Amino acid sequence: MKRSIIDLWVGIFVAIGLASVTFLALKVANLTPQGDNNSYTLIAEFDNIGGLKVKAPVKSSGVVVGRVSNIELDTQRYVARATLTLNDQFHFSRDTSAEILTAGLLGEQYVGLVQGGEEENLKPGDRVQLTSSALVLEQLIGKFMTSFAEGNNKAAAADAAAAETAP
Amino acid sequence: MMLDNLLAPLRHLGHSTINAIWKLGMMSRFLLAILAHSGQSLLRFQLTIREVYFAGVLSLIIIVVSGLFVGMVLGLQGYNTLSRFGSADALGALVALSLLRELGPVLAALLFASRSGSAMTAEIGLMKATEQLEAMSVMAVDPVARVVAPRFWAGVISMPILAALFNVMGIFGGYLVGVVMIGLDEGTFWSQMQNNVDLHFDVINGLIKSLFFGIAVTLIAVFEGFDATPTAAGVSSATTRTVVTSALVILALDFVLTAFMF
Repeated sequence: MKRSIIDLWVGIFVAIGLASVTFLALKVANLTPQGDNNSYTLIAEFDNIGGLKVKAPVKSSGVVVGRVSNIELDTQRYVARATLTLNDQFHFSRDTSAEILTAGLLGEQYVGLVQGGEEENLKPGDRVQLTSSALVLEQLIGKFMTSFAEGNNKAAAADAAAAETAP
Repeated sequence: MMLDNLLAPLRHLGHSTINAIWKLGMMSRFLLAILAHSGQSLLRFQLTIREVYFAGVLSLIIIVVSGLFVGMVLGLQGYNTLSRFGSADALGALVALSLLRELGPVLAALLFASRSGSAMTAEIGLMKATEQLEAMSVMAVDPVARVVAPRFWAGVISMPILAALFNVMGIFGGYLVGVVMIGLDEGTFWSQMQNNVDLHFDVINGLIKSLFFGIAVTLIAVFEGFDATPTAAGVSSATTRTVVTSALVILALDFVLTAFMF
């Protein structure tokens, strides 16, 4: 086979390889070119972060506005401190609240931000004041069981009272 | 006589162990020899390009077709299982992660070993059987630099490219089944994938895996060819050994690399 044809085919082959890697990086791994200048960070402290992971999305009204960039335990007060890296085009007021929500029943957890009413915005590095923890299924079931038991007790007491007054 | 019969299996075991170790040592020395002669063959890069054509370009069809079908099967099976748990949305992530981390590098390497590795062994073995390698030595052309090293580098270059292409085709196959055929939401398919796939952790590690597989498969192929008994039967058994050893080494190496990476 002629040398130029082989060269052409190998060129096409390598180009296909480069295109594949680019596709995997951009479309599959969603590598968005992200400089430090177009994002800022906020701190949010939670009593319990549940299954929140680094790189989890931060959403406001369901729109992704940033990512969780770091999670650590504050060893002074024993609360989880999550660092949220937000896109520079989104600003939130000082009384914004952050909560940990779950996408779907068994989906991944993400941080939801709800815009407040104050005029002044949170500055880079500020702490989100209002936070609510992740929903932990065991605790939820525990609460449900207690209230269920209390309800039963009340019903039993009412029955007993009714039985006493009836005759 | 009796004792001799009893000891025969032990002697056999010892012999095969020594043989295996000897072969491992030879292979390491062979790798060093290839690396030592690489400079010379990389200077004449045209030789390597020619081998990239035979090892890589001619494997494109089998890689594209099998990648597509593996992705489509993953899409179908993944959908069947995931929809049972009401999380068919995660199909994109399932397809991409299984391909990028395991199936892409491993299957592409297995296909490469049987398509190109066997061809390399047969070619070099036949060169040896027809005394072409010795003729080169007589003409002061080093067969390792002229024949072996270009094939080795061609394999090392081709393997990651083929694995990346296999991944892309597989993801496209999963997309065809999940979105076009079953009718999942296209946005969810891609966004689930993008949320769960990490560039360094998944994509780059997968490519590093395929690079290791490329080195292992090509080294086995050229070594078996160079080491073949120079007869028709010898070349045939060397070709078989290439495919079998490559498959075993790929799977074992995959386990070790996975344990280190993930």
